[in-house]
Formats: sequence, C-alpha cells, structure tokens
Amino acid sequence: MENEIYDIAIIGSGPSGLTAGIYTSRADLKTIMFAGLKWGGQLMLTTEVENFPGFPDGIMGPELMSNMRKQAEKYGTKIIDVNFSQADFSQNPKKLVTEDGKEFYSKAVIIATGADTKWLQIPGEQEKIGRGISSCAPCDAAFYRNKKVVVVGGGDSAMEEAHVLSKFASEVYLVHRREEFRASDIMKKRVLENPKVTVFYNTAPLEVLGDQVVEVIKFSSKNLKVKPAGSNDVKELSPEDVGGKIISSKDGETIWEFKANGMFVAIGHIPNSGVFPDIEHDEKGFVKRHSDSKTNIEGVFVSGDVHDHRYMQGITAAGYGCEAALDAQHWLEDQE
Amino acid sequence: MALNITDDIFEKEVLQSERLTLVDFWAEWCQPCKIVGPIVEEFGEEYKDKVKVVKMDVDANTDAPGRYNIMSIPTLIFFKNGQPEKIMVGVQSKEQLKQAADELLG
Repeated sequence: MENEIYDIAIIGSGPSGLTAGIYTSRADLKTIMFAGLKWGGQLMLTTEVENFPGFPDGIMGPELMSNMRKQAEKYGTKIIDVNFSQADFSQNPKKLVTEDGKEFYSKAVIIATGADTKWLQIPGEQEKIGRGISSCAPCDAAFYRNKKVVVVGGGDSAMEEAHVLSKFASEVYLVHRREEFRASDIMKKRVLENPKVTVFYNTAPLEVLGDQVVEVIKFSSKNLKVKPAGSNDVKELSPEDVGGKIISSKDGETIWEFKANGMFVAIGHIPNSGVFPDIEHDEKGFVKRHSDSKTNIEGVFVSGDVHDHRYMQGITAAGYGCEAALDAQHWLEDQE
Repeated sequence: MALNITDDIFEKEVLQSERLTLVDFWAEWCQPCKIVGPIVEEFGEEYKDKVKVVKMDVDANTDAPGRYNIMSIPTLIFFKNGQPEKIMVGVQSKEQLKQAADELLG
C-alpha cells in the first residue's frame, strides 16, 4: 500500500472527503483516504440531520456518514483510519506521512480536513473537558439529566445545543456576548420559546471553577440582560437576581460567579489547516481557493469547511467535495 | 475480549484488583465508543500480562459512573490500588493508552 503511487490522496473523511472519494474512485483514479482516528467529521457528533436532501424523515448523522463511507469503499477508495501528520508538496508525486510514520505518494491531493470546535480558551476549560465542559450536546446531554447547564454562543450551533440539552437538563442558561443572536430565525424562535431556557445577553465566561468537576462559571457582563425561561420579556437585571454572586463591578463591567454543573461551548469552528504550512490561508486559517477548488500549490485541491466559512453545511461540503474531485480529475488528465 | 463488568462486581474486579486495571466506560448509542472499543481490545491483548481491561455500560450501570463523575463517553480510567490514577476522556489511540499504562506501571 505504501509502495504504490496513488492518483488521488484525500485528507479527511467528512462529507466533502467522502464525496470526493466516490467521484474519483468511480473515475477509475486510484484513491487513498487518510480518514483520521476520529473519522467522519462533524456529522458524527450530531443526532438527527433534517436538512440533508433526500431524507424526508431525517437521518442520524453517524448513519449518513457510514453510508457515505460504504459508498466510497464500494467504488474502490482505500480508507485508512489514521491521523495525517505532514506532507511534502514540493516533490512529484507528493509525499504524505501519517502519524505512525508511514509514507505515501500521490499525484494529486485533496485537502478536506474540515473544522474543529473553537474553545473559549479560558482558565479551567481544557482541564474540565469531559468533566463538565463539552462541545457536543448530542454526545453528552444524557449525563446532565436534571442538572443545571450553561451553553455559550449565539449561532445555530448554540441554539441546537440548548435545544438538545433542554430534553435532559432541569435548567439551561444560554449565554451570549451580544444582545442579538445571529442564529437563523427558526432556530432562534424554538429556543426563545423553550420553557427551560433562560438567556443571559451581554455576557461572556471568564473562568471555569471546580474541584473534580465543573461547579461554578465566572462571567463578565457589560449590562446584563436576561430573558427568563418561559417568558418573552428581556429585562435588565443584576446577577444576584438570577442567583449569581457578584465579585466586582467597575467601569460598567460586572464580574460574577454562577453555579452550574456544566458548560457547553458552541461559539464556532476553526479550520484544520495548521497542518499544511505551505498552503495559503487567510488570517483565520481558512484555506484560500484559487480558481475553482485549487490551492496555491499545483495538484493540491481543497474542499469543505476547511475553506468554506460562509455556508458550512453537510450538503455544501459534499458539493465542494464533488467539485474538487472533478477538478483533480481534469488536472490529472492535463498532465498526461 | 474485555470483561463486561457491572456495579455489583466493580469493587471486586476493579478496586480490589492487584493489577493495573483499565475501565472503558461506553454506551450503545455512542459513536466514538465504537472507535475506541477495538483499540482497547488491541491494547488489552498486547499488555495482557500487565494490565487488566474491563468495560462498563453506563446505561445499565449508574453507581460507578456516578461515583467517578463520568460526564462524557468514551471515558477510560486506569485504576491502581483502588484509586482512579488516570482519567482519559474521548477517543484515544493505542499509543496513548500504552504510554499512560507505561507511566503507571513505573
């Protein structure tokens, strides 16, 4: 396997990588995919996917990914569940190295590494992951039955997290640093009407406290506004009105502590481009697409959330994967 | 095959074990657990003379998972002399398990 030269090497196994694999394999291009230890991308961490076309009754994320994988393998994509480590794109064929030190060679490469959870990076956060800190409600909500949880964020992901948690938790506190959510109307409405969800606007977490597990979240609020659970009114309140303990209050900023059993971080994703130092990306890490799905390097293409920061949907990732596959195929034909 | 243990034998099988014991907390509905399962088995095979490996279903058992604050799965805990010496949350590679075991075996 390592001594063969592949036509296409795909790095990543989410909807964009797997769609690319289906297309390149069906075009009779010898394809290898470095799926990663945690294969399948972001949809592996969700429950029902209701907006991927073709499934009027929805489909479970892991099942959708499992189907995509089977389809790619059916047409000949060789998938290995190892983490990609580094590449040398300066030589031809391009060299790719996996975490266990094995080397592979391929004429063309498709980068489909997607995006990962963006953490708050506040003191106490990393240490408590899995001990009260999480970024996946569908994965962990069951462990917060009858507990009090905080969700941080203002987009669709945060709305989804709050919604899932409300099925298990006794109280959900959605915390956002601004006064307006940027989530879609339908997701916003569902959460604002949820009788278990209270919203704290103009608030951001500063620190996570607790001995073995999360016990307290320290917040910073600049003009705290609260939408109580079961009500539509937004009121300017003091942290004490919501059971918090004020630590300090100065220059319009109040630092306060709030008891909670857990905090779910849903503030966005960061693209996994750091492992490709030679590939051009913007200041946030999103890979720059030159014409079509090309990167700045000949023979290296890109697809999915590692470049797309506008749409970030399963179906758009799949669409981009198809584009990259067709572009890579044409490029290979031009090389002959 | 790693032994599936329950709350009532946790004390005997894990806390009173003379060997370093790895407990793999899992559930049927947990996707990443399906990735970790085979990795834990392989690790158990390689280290079978040094480490005892057991699995615990958190849907069927609430005592031990509650006592050790399992709030996310997969969670893997290495127990030594009845104490949870190392807690690993999320998918781990076989290398990471071996490294953790080596450190605890001294």
